[in-house]
This record gives sequence, C-alpha cells and structure tokens, in this order.
Amino acid sequence: MIPAAFEYVRPASVEEAVAALAEAGEDAKAIAGGQSLMPLLRLRLAYPDALVDLERIGELREIRDDGDALLIGATATHHQVMRDPLVREHAPLIAAATATVADPAVRHRGTFGGSLAHADPAGDLPAAALALDAVVLARSVRGERRIPAAEFFVDWMTSTLEPDEVMTAVRIPKLGAGWGVHYEKFHRTAQAWAIVGVACAVRRERGAIEDARVALTNMGPVPVRASAVERFIEGRTVSENSFRSAGERAAEGTEPPTDLHGSSEYRTHLATVLTTRALTAAATV
Amino acid sequence: MPRIRVEVDGTAYEDDVEPRLLLVHYLRDRLGKVGTPVGCDTTNCGACTVLMDGLSVKSCSVLAVQADGRDITTVEGLGGDHPMQRAFHEDHALQCGYCTPGMILASIDLLRDNADPSDGEIREGLEGNLCRCTGYQNIVRAVRRAADEMRRPADQRPAGQEVAP
Amino acid sequence: MTAAPEAGAPEVGAPRRRSEDARLVTGRTRWTDNMQPAGTLHVAFLRSPQAHARIVRADAERARERPGVVAAFTGADLADEQGSLPCAWLVTDDIKHPDHPPMAVDEVRYAGEPVACVVARDRYAAFDALEEIDVDYEPLAPVVDMDAAVEDGSPLVHEGLGTNKSYTWVFENGDLDAALRDAPVVLERRYVQQRLIPTAMEPRSVLCVPEGDEFTLYSATQIPHILRLMLATVTGIPEHRLRVVAPDVGGGFGSKLQVYGEEVIALLLARRLGRPVKWTESRSEGNMAVHHGRDQIQRLTLAADEDGRIRGLKVDLLADMGAYLMLVTPGIPILGAFMFNGIYKMDAYSFTCTGVFTTKTPTDAYRGAGRPEATYAIERLMDELAAELDLDPIEVRRRNWIAKEEFPYETVAGLTYDSGNYEAATERALALFEYDKLRAEQADRNERRDPVRLGIGVSTFTEMCGIAPSRVLGSLSYGAGGWEHASVRILPSGKVEVVTGSSAHGQGHETAWAQIAADRLGVPFEDVRVLHGDTAIAPKGMDTYGSRSLAVGGVALYAACDKVVDKARSIAAHLLEAAEQDLEFTGGRFGVRGVAGEGATLQEVALAAFAAHDLPDGLEPSLDSDATFDPDNFSFPHGTHLCAAEVDTETGMVRLRSYVAVDDVGKVVNPLIVEGQVHGGLAQGIAQALYEEAVYDAEGNLTTTTMADYLLPSAADLPEFTTDRTETPATSNPLGVKGVGEAGTIASTPAVVNAIVDALRPFGVSDVPMPCTPERVWRALRGERGERGGEGAEPGAGGGLGSAGGAR
Repeated sequence: MIPAAFEYVRPASVEEAVAALAEAGEDAKAIAGGQSLMPLLRLRLAYPDALVDLERIGELREIRDDGDALLIGATATHHQVMRDPLVREHAPLIAAATATVADPAVRHRGTFGGSLAHADPAGDLPAAALALDAVVLARSVRGERRIPAAEFFVDWMTSTLEPDEVMTAVRIPKLGAGWGVHYEKFHRTAQAWAIVGVACAVRRERGAIEDARVALTNMGPVPVRASAVERFIEGRTVSENSFRSAGERAAEGTEPPTDLHGSSEYRTHLATVLTTRALTAAATV
Repeated sequence: MPRIRVEVDGTAYEDDVEPRLLLVHYLRDRLGKVGTPVGCDTTNCGACTVLMDGLSVKSCSVLAVQADGRDITTVEGLGGDHPMQRAFHEDHALQCGYCTPGMILASIDLLRDNADPSDGEIREGLEGNLCRCTGYQNIVRAVRRAADEMRRPADQRPAGQEVAP
Repeated sequence: MTAAPEAGAPEVGAPRRRSEDARLVTGRTRWTDNMQPAGTLHVAFLRSPQAHARIVRADAERARERPGVVAAFTGADLADEQGSLPCAWLVTDDIKHPDHPPMAVDEVRYAGEPVACVVARDRYAAFDALEEIDVDYEPLAPVVDMDAAVEDGSPLVHEGLGTNKSYTWVFENGDLDAALRDAPVVLERRYVQQRLIPTAMEPRSVLCVPEGDEFTLYSATQIPHILRLMLATVTGIPEHRLRVVAPDVGGGFGSKLQVYGEEVIALLLARRLGRPVKWTESRSEGNMAVHHGRDQIQRLTLAADEDGRIRGLKVDLLADMGAYLMLVTPGIPILGAFMFNGIYKMDAYSFTCTGVFTTKTPTDAYRGAGRPEATYAIERLMDELAAELDLDPIEVRRRNWIAKEEFPYETVAGLTYDSGNYEAATERALALFEYDKLRAEQADRNERRDPVRLGIGVSTFTEMCGIAPSRVLGSLSYGAGGWEHASVRILPSGKVEVVTGSSAHGQGHETAWAQIAADRLGVPFEDVRVLHGDTAIAPKGMDTYGSRSLAVGGVALYAACDKVVDKARSIAAHLLEAAEQDLEFTGGRFGVRGVAGEGATLQEVALAAFAAHDLPDGLEPSLDSDATFDPDNFSFPHGTHLCAAEVDTETGMVRLRSYVAVDDVGKVVNPLIVEGQVHGGLAQGIAQALYEEAVYDAEGNLTTTTMADYLLPSAADLPEFTTDRTETPATSNPLGVKGVGEAGTIASTPAVVNAIVDALRPFGVSDVPMPCTPERVWRALRGERGERGGEGAEPGAGGGLGSAGGAR
C-alpha cells in the first residue's frame, strides 16, 4: 500500500529540527530510520501532515561516554548500537536486546531512539531501557527535558514526548563490574513480535544476587518493571529455587493483553517461566 | 517537490520526487529498474531488499528522499556473475524466483558481516527474507557455497569472476 | 558450471541446473507488474470493510474529480457488463450456486470484497482517490462459524438460497454399519483444518492491453488457457479476440488457479477506456481477497479389530466455501474423498461432505487441495489407533497397508493404485531417521521428567495426482477435461521448439521439458527451447495445478517427440534408400541396421524436410508434431515421513529436531528439481502444523491481513530436512512419473502434529489443534480442549505491528 501525502523537511541540526517541529504543529512527526513508521504510513494507520527527518543530523547519531552513563544518540541505528564497544561494555543488556530486534536489514535503518519513541509494548528496547533506568533527553523550542524511562511510556504506543519535541539521546547509567545481563524473547517465529520478553540485569556477589533489574515486554500497554521479582531476588543466594520463586512473582501488577499470539492468561504464565530463565542466564554469564 | 540525487547500480540520477514516494517505487516506476520486486507492506518479506551504501535495506520502507545522496545497489547492479548469483543457480536455491533478488542481496550483506557463517548463522541472518518455494534448505547451501568461494584468494577463483560489490 | 550429463548420457534423471535461473538471479524478469506499455492506467479497488452488509448507496463522483483520475466505477456502474464469476465444478445436481459479481452491487458478503474501483494515471493517484468514494452500508448478520451456519435459524449468507448449505456429497462403499457393529476399537475424533492464506510471494497483478477489438491480458496466473475461456464466457468477448499471457509468475500454490474479479474488471476497463490498465495488489489487500485454502471440520469414526486391523472409516465433513463458489471451490473437499483411506485396506468407507457458505473470503485450491486434509485425518487416526492399542505407530500401519505384491490394488474409495512400495520407503526412512535411537532418547527423557520432551511423528501417505483422467473428472461433474497438450517444432537448423500447455510458475518446466525432448529426439539439451504461458504461442492447454504437469503434460511431450521421430523416419528412409523397418534411431541419428556408417541425423532430416526438394510422394514437408495426452488413471506418489519434535512443556514451544522424508514419486526427470519441490512442500505443510492460520473475529473481520499477523516461517524457523527417494515407476504413463508438487505438503502436516502429540502422551494429551501454537500446546498440557484452546475471544490488544495491534 501507499502512504498518504505529507510535507518533508530535512533539518541539518537539532536546532533546525526543533524549529521545524514547532512550526509544523501537532500533526507533524519525526522520522529517522522509519522502520516502525513506514509500515504504519503504508497501511494508512498514520497520517502525519509533515515528516521531519532527523537522519542526517550527525550529533544525534553519536554514542559517547558521559562519565557514569552512556549517551546513545537517538538516531544511532540498531546495527550501530549492537556493535558499539561502549554499549557492549557498559550497557550489554541494550546490545543483547537490540540484537533480537527484527532482522538485519531493519536493524540497518531502525534507530534506538525511534524504537523508544514508537512506544510499542511489544518492542524489545523499551523494557531494556526501563530495566536500566534510562533517561530520555528531549529538546524543543521550550528547552530540554530529561524524562526517566519509568515516566516516558504512558500508554499503548504513546510516550510523554510532545509533538514539538525531538528526542536527542538516551542516557543509560553504566553497569559496573559483577553484572550479568540477559534478554529473553519469546516469539512464535523469528520475524514475530515478542509475546513476552524479559530484560534482566543482575549483580552477583559471593554467590548471592546483590542487585537486580527486571523489566517485561508486552505484559501491558507499557513496558513494566517486575519490582516484586527484584525485591524477592535481591539478597538471595544464586540457586534454581530462588530463581523459580522469583519468577513466580513476575506477573504481579501487570495487565497483559490478549491478542492473536497469546492470551492474557498465557502471558501471565510465560512471564514466570521466562523471568526464571532470564535470571538464570543473567546470573550465570 | 524535493530534488534528490541517487546513484543506482553505477548510474547517477537526479529527480524531483514526491516526499511519500517509496524508494522501491522510485526504482521501479521512475528508473525502470524492475529487478527489485515488492512482496508486502510491512517490512516482513524482504523481496525488495537492496544495498544502500553497502548495507541491506528494505526499499519498500525507505522513502526515495531518504536515499538522497546514497549509493544503491540492486540485483541488476551485480552483473550476472557474482558468486552469490552463481551459487543460487548451482544449488537450486530458487524456484519461482520472486524472493531471489532480495535474498541474494541479503546474503551478500550477511557475508560482508560474517565471511564464514555456520548454517545456523545463515538461517538467522536471512530471517528478514521470506521464500515460499524452497523451504530455504538450498538457499542455506548456496550461501555456504558462495562464502567458500568468496573467501578464496582471487587468484584461485575461476577467471573473470570478480567479487563485487 | 551447469552440471550437464556426460555426452551421450541420458538427460532424464540428470540434475540439470535450471535454464530459468539466469533471468531470475539477475532481475531480468517479466513479472506482470514490471510491464508498463505507454499510456498504462492504474487501477485501485475499494473493498468492503464489513463482512456482510447491504450496499445502500455507492457514489464514486468525488473520486472522479481527483487530479489524475481518469475514471471511477462502482459495482452498480458495471452491473450490466460484469457478469458473474464462474464455478466450473458444480459437484451435485442440486448444488446452490449464487451469483458472484466481480464487484459487489447490492450486498457484500466478505470483508475485502471489491465494491468500487478507480482508474488513474499512476498507482498513487488511484489509491488516494479511493478515499473519496462514498459507500453506505446497512450491516447484516455475519456468518462466521460453520457449525452454527448449518443450524436452523442461522443468519443466511445468501438470503435467496434459504440455506447456508451449498451441497451435500456422499460416497459409500462396503457395509459400514457392519464394520462398526461390535468393533473392539472405535475411535471418534473431531479435527479442524484451519483456514490458510496461500501467500505466493508475488502478489497478484493483471495488465490488459487493448488493440482495437482485441485484448491481451497479462496476469500472474497459473491458468492462462482456462482464464482465456472463462473471460470470454463471462464478458462475451469472443475467445479468439482474447490472448492471455502468464509471463514470469512468482508462485501460485493454487491461489492463482482462479478466475478473479480483478481480471474481469481489468478487461472491462481496458475495453471501456481503450487504454492499457494495470492492477497490482498489495499484500494486505491480497490476504483478504486471494482465495483461501483448507477450512474443514472433520468428524471421523474409525473401527478396528484388537490387532489393529481397520474395519471401516466414516468421514463427515463440513467444508467452508466462504461467501461464493469460485472456480473449483466445491470440488476441493471432494478431491479428498478418495484419500481418507490413505494407503490402507479396509472393508467399509463412508464419506459425506457438506459445503457451507460463510461470510468469509471464498476458499479454493491450496497446495494439495483436499488431499492434505484427508491425509491429515487418516494419519492422525493411525497414531491414535496405535496409542489406543499400545502398538508402535509404524507397526499399526504395517498391519494395514497394501503390501507391495498386492498392486494394482482397488481401494475402498474406488481408486486403483497402480504401484507402490510402502515397505521400501518406510524401511529407508526408519534407517535415515535412526528411529530406535530416538525412541530410546524419548524414553529416557520421559524417565527423567525432562521439561523438554521428545516426540516422534509418523506419516505414511499417498496422494492422487496427475490430475486427471477426463472421464473421471466428468463422472465427478467437473466442467472440463484433464488432458494436456504439447507440440514439437523442428526448426530448419535442427534446433527444437517445444510448446507446452503446462504453465510453469516456478516449477522448472523449461529445464525438465528440455531434458525430456533432448532424450527423445537425441538432440543436445541446449538445442531445445520450451515455450509456454501465452495463448498465442501455446494455444492449447489445461495449465499447471494438481501435480499434473509432468505426469500429463510431460507425457504429452514424450508422445509428441515420438511422432516427430516417426515422421523423420519416413524421410530418413527415403534419404538413405533403406526400408523404414531397417532404420534404428539412437542418439539423434537414424542408422541402417547392419550397415555401418550409413545414417542421417535428425538435423539433416529436418533440413531435408524444410527444403522439401526430395521427399517421398505425398509426404507433408514437416516434422512438427503435437500430442494430447489424457491419462487412464491418476498417479499415486507415496512416501514415509518421520518427524522428531522437541516440546518445551513449560512454554509450549515446539522445535523440530529432525525431519526425514522418503518419497516415491516414480521415475524422476530432474532430481534437483524434485528435491526442491519436496523441501518447499515440507515447509508449507510444517507451517500449517505450527504457524499459519487465517483468523476471523466474531464480526467476520479478517485479523491476519499482513505478514506481521499471518506468520510464515523464515529460514530461522525451519530445520534441515533429510530427503531421499525410492523409485517405483508409475504404470499409467510411459515415463513412469507420478508428480511431486504437493507431496511434501500433504505428508508433513500430520507428521509434525503426530510428533507433538507423541511427546505429550505421557501427560494424557491426545490432540493439539492446528496450528500448534505454544499457547495451544500449553493448554493441552493443562488438560484443556477446544479449537481456540481457550484463548481470549477478542484479539487486538497486544503490541506489535499488524492489523490486530496496529489497527487500533
């Protein structure tokens, strides 16, 4: 199918982009790789009046060290992110989750920031960002905002990003030594979206889990932090039993959807099994 | 209408395009490069895969304006004697052939990234390209064959067979 | 680089690399959408968003005012000329056969049915203008459930018919009551063949070019010949003013064995506007509008003795026709009627099929067409019988199958299986599979209570293909014959043109036909060119479907080649001044028996015929010949497929660990092509077992309109297959060939499901409905039953792209 007509602007800088979005109004949309947006445009599920293309803004693409955190530019592609040495060293959970996104051709175009802004509960990166307490940096003519991941995703395919805001980068606090990570994705075919995914990072010390970050993909309209799992597992010794007991708490407080690929009840079950597996894998890396 | 300049299979083109024009329709309808087919609306099938600045992309999910200043390689730009094309023929890795241009370009991209992939890595690497005829088995064989050949030093390859791009 | 046989070695049987590939690997193809004659206009269709509604008003006026729009029509605008789409297989005398306008006029009966169209200078303009067409619908009750549709008081799909039952077709042989009476074992099962979307990679496309009162219609079709005749019948345009071309066609799997409304409309628009018009579908409209496949509810009763011998089988089907009867819609389940008995002997058999209208996309042929459904039923039942009697599933089959010395064998369904060797194929498969070793591992995992269990699935199948003997088709009320035509032209230079009525769309006929001709005529493979798919070039044919091309069309070619040699023999005898009976033809050369050195090649004879200076009196100066072959019988490929599946009992996920397919397709012309056909067939059959399903919601909306919801396996989802063959020649044709296009699809679905159920039997599971999604496996493990596995009724709340999630 064929997108409806729209205006197109290709700013050369963030300042230009911000100005373009401010001018274009409510029905403008930012595009970068377009791997989430293009299918929606083609199916005419989205009708923006204008697209502001961020792809050629070099500074949005950078991945850099920012002391105790990494700054991943909003339009860094998945291809770039999953190979980036800084990401692999300091945010390996992001690298692992990114490697499961779609397929190589899509990863060549699709961007880290785009995946977050799309706010698809079945997307793999929102949960990973949430688990790591990422902070989204957004700029508009009104100034810069820093939005913690926990506040960024507000509803099904909806983020707090305002129509005139450009996501510039995502700040990912570095994981220090002793952390193991795993992204457990469960889907029916390689191309299919996650029925449930579990993003997990744990820090081991002397045979016990000292710290745990667990977030779930597609267990509600937004990615959810499995707080009950984190609370339970912290301080426990590394064992099959503790991971299993922790997993049993995975679905607490979630509202998993029912769709073609799985019912709410099944997702609730999957979350427990997959969380146990993710914890086990992360703790034994 | 924005004006774009694109190099496609070694020829430079300059055109005014509607912003919403899909790259694949630009290739097919404007440039007459119909070697790249369209198979779906949702970036699933990969039939329209081309190389953009050397990386595989699905040309149905790129706007022509986004290809401005880029270098595009379609299946037509491979000549006819690329090791991957020969391997697909040799191993009967195609039947109806509709997925083949995309499959060949995705396979070339796969080997750029990993010159000596295992069967499992080939299968994972081609997850974005659907074929309805072959069951993929001979495609995996063909990619392995091409990988073997492309890793061989040029002087050990049959004469006149260059590895491009 | 082309693997050619040694000089003088036979072409038939050699793994020739395909001649077709050169254009396909370079992008120099002729897909219909690639063609763009000057002045071509583009068509877009507006489709019904509702499953069932009365069209109160349809107005295309505003669309006509859009820039670039040349014309726009509603169904009513074309009502007088569009006719009704044909059904060529009215299986009973009293079948209910409603009109099927190419564009709906008064009422829509499935979501996706065309209601109006726009013709514009380019596809973008055409598509945009659809939004300017106003259609007011008055909703009518959808009919989505087959069981409910046949109850009294159900809302009707076609009010005027008074019922949703299109037909009931019955076949009975033997005394079923006697077989069931006091039978020690009676199994009753209900299986559902889910609805599938064939999904050829090339979406449909049609281009119609007018020239005066003549029309050339290019279409992505499997059936240029049938399409030509049907277009003439529907539109009244004389057949000889129509030329239909199937250029390169990107797969069909039955979905392009159809006369589609869009093809008729394209022809009418070209006639009205006097310009070439083209329509190419998008995948998401195609999922709604290309005919679907399968969709049966099977109620089965199998009676057996204590030793596992089958007494009788009763089959009661509801088959979903969808909203209308298309080209062979009603006949598809009837093709299965003769296959439910599989390879087994039994005393009694009863088959009843009721065709049911629903407000869904019409169904029709999809790879296997009726036979996969039947094979699934009997092969699942055989595993159930084995479990009931605590026998090995191989052993229970062995006790029932037709032994190799019993051929030819007349089956309880009235067919005569000409040949087969089920013992040999099974023995070979068991060896390749390492059956005993896997059984030991299975026992070990069960013992250890491994969360990942191993299951072994068996499928010993046969199918009827080479469709088909015209007389049989006639007895089944089919509207045409089943012959095929070929002609052979020997050019003055000695090169050969083969013209075939088979219409390849990926099968490799250009290669295989050249191999046959090269052998029969003794000419080099490279000297043969195969022409097909254009009614002006190959004027006569019955096209490609039902694994018929080689067993019917290939045999026609074989016969035509022999006629060429016969004609050449007369001329050669004259040239060599020898008696015809003293000539022998080998390696493309006539020699005189007992006289070394004397001889004439076919090329020399061809040149002599061309010059015609010195021919025997009264002899026509031509070697060209044609032949039409009509088989006496179907052919019956068979084989043994074994599948090992690992089932994760915690998540329900199934992973295929190994798959062995030993097929017997008779003599093989090109083993490379045969292997490829088996691989592709396996992938599609496995996909039915695990992934694919066209899902409708309660309102009759298709929720799987994109490839994001209708899941097709990628390379990463399928295992490496182990394939092998046994070779028991068919006796029904001189090539000894049977056909291979559908075998893999037919055999593999039950093998996979049997493996899954086998893994889960320790948990008391005896069935998992298809597709065996992780959730359904998980629910089966929890002791739940039912088609939808207890899933939520309202899909659409989850994330991810697609019509379910993305459409919100």
